Amino acid sequence: MSTSMTSHSARHGTPPLLEVNDLKKHFPIRGGFFGNTTGYVYAVDGVSFHINKGETLSLVGESGCGKSTVGKALLRLFAPTSGQVVLDGRRIDDLSQGQLRPIRRRVGVVFQDPFSSLNPRMRVKDLLAEPIRNYGLAKNGAELDERLAKLMDLVRLPRDAVSRWPHEFSGGQRQRICIARALAGEPDLIICDEAVSALDVSVKAQIVNLLQDLQRQLGLAMLFISHDLAIVEHMTHRVAVMYLGKIVEVAPRRSLFGAPKHPYTEALLSAVPVPEPGAARKRIVLTGDVPSPINPPTGCRFHTRCPYAFDRCKTDVPELQQTQPGQWAACHLHDLPEARNPLSRSLPAAA
Amino acid sequence: MSTTAVSPGAPLGGRAALTAKDVAVAAPLPDVMQPKRVRKGLFGYLMRHPNIAIGGFLLLLMVAIAVFAPFLWTKDPTALAPVMRTRNPSASAWFGTDMLGRDVYSRVLYGARVSLMVGFGVAFFASIIGLTIGLVSGFVRWADSIIMRIMDGLMSIPSILLAIALMALTRGSVGNVILAITIAEIPRVSRLVRGVVLSLREQPYVEAAIASGTRTPVIIWRHILPNTMAPMTVQATYICAAAMLIEAGLSFIGAGTPPIIPSWGNIMAEGRALWQVKPYIVFFPAIFLSITVLAVNLLGDGLRDSLDPRAAKRV
Repeated sequence: MSTSMTSHSARHGTPPLLEVNDLKKHFPIRGGFFGNTTGYVYAVDGVSFHINKGETLSLVGESGCGKSTVGKALLRLFAPTSGQVVLDGRRIDDLSQGQLRPIRRRVGVVFQDPFSSLNPRMRVKDLLAEPIRNYGLAKNGAELDERLAKLMDLVRLPRDAVSRWPHEFSGGQRQRICIARALAGEPDLIICDEAVSALDVSVKAQIVNLLQDLQRQLGLAMLFISHDLAIVEHMTHRVAVMYLGKIVEVAPRRSLFGAPKHPYTEALLSAVPVPEPGAARKRIVLTGDVPSPINPPTGCRFHTRCPYAFDRCKTDVPELQQTQPGQWAACHLHDLPEARNPLSRSLPAAA
Repeated sequence: MSTTAVSPGAPLGGRAALTAKDVAVAAPLPDVMQPKRVRKGLFGYLMRHPNIAIGGFLLLLMVAIAVFAPFLWTKDPTALAPVMRTRNPSASAWFGTDMLGRDVYSRVLYGARVSLMVGFGVAFFASIIGLTIGLVSGFVRWADSIIMRIMDGLMSIPSILLAIALMALTRGSVGNVILAITIAEIPRVSRLVRGVVLSLREQPYVEAAIASGTRTPVIIWRHILPNTMAPMTVQATYICAAAMLIEAGLSFIGAGTPPIIPSWGNIMAEGRALWQVKPYIVFFPAIFLSITVLAVNLLGDGLRDSLDPRAAKRV
């Protein structure tokens, strides 16, 4: 899978901002009297992707597929089991927490729940001052106030709101505070872990627009972890689709939404409502539940629910392969002759 | 309302049949939720939490009795008066005298000092030590299983038995009683704190703080500790009450404070032999002990309800 990364760097010349190679996170299951390990949850099992400067990559998939685990492993909220994380040419996954601390400044994070993301016992100014002080970005009180005012302007909140408590704000306003905190260290990358999923539709749109504006204004790269394909289609540059701890397809937005190259992506897209009567996509209903990540299926992990599965899918693990320029899919169908491949259709040239 | 309401039997007969007088107009609703005046300040707080008011008042009364015992018309609690043995309560000896002629009233009032000292001392030390152990256990993963197995071991021994064993190893004194009961009560606090720490660690705001480059000691101090204070305070009151009962039990079986220092347990133990003929020797210290423990428990319940409104509804 690392071939996809090298080929990318070779093609564009400039190294990506973030490069993730074969990232794995296996959670041990402890049982018995002495707490010995009885098995593993293969939450993330070999994930590779890259994000360029100023680019949005969306990580999509259903609940429990490991997309949030990827985000938390990147933030080193827990240590990854194996794999490499390279930020701007420097490997960061093997650093100690102490060595990592100054580098944390370059990655901000916004979590899903704006209510539990802010310590209820701290005022907004203390919440925002925490990263500023940690990274030594303000030498004195005046500089700190200046930075706080700038942050509040960036997220379009009134400057005098810094002296209020989190419970005095609505969900959308709280999420703006969370974004301000993520921006406080002047990061290059923001990880949005389901950042708009808990908000209602109108607020969601405002926050998505704010994130897009900030990206243009500050040249931010974004890892947008979401299950909401409608929003992803609206704001992303590229999409990575995850299923049971593996990436099954990575593609630019237009190729992925126009001509998916993996049966799972196709099924996911068919579930997105189309706001035009009569224009509904062909609906592909997957049968059965997501298999357990404790005991994932052999071969292709999707073969138990795939409408096109054939014998090889049960034994061979498919690797990501390039099907179109920039579009990578992990599916054996693309090794078949084109006539027998139901996903061979490519994007209409003038869509 | 009855004049304008459509009678139940009459068919509505479609839209045309409806006229203005057929349409029922609802009477204004009575104010179910009367606007309630909420008093501010300490007095209002106590009015809303009667448990705290009553418990706090009784406890303050006991503290005052213990502190001002010499000025409350007491005699020397250890002065023997063989001539005055086992007198019934009277004007000269309000709670009577015991088998050595000592004034029970004076002994009960001075005994409050021991009980309160043990209660507050154990609550204080068990909270501080238990908090530290709980924080270490919640944050240092490899130490957690070792610490928790030790705590399980301590908890499997009834606290009064553990205290007796510890007292047997040391000399009887108030300090040693506090030490023995503290060791027995530490596991309760450390388990509670560990649980709170483990749940707080998973809170997004703690994860966000880690991602913002905050050091672990600062995270504990700024994000974890303030949120453990409420359950800790409540637990401390229960430990205070339990410690007073254990102290009385220890003194009653002769493993507690030395006989020279009057404590409620001592007085009851000495009155036990005469319990059937002179019940007042046991009765007065017992009633003081009950009132004090009740006061502390009421205070604990009140604090629990006041610090966490959700817990009040669940119970």
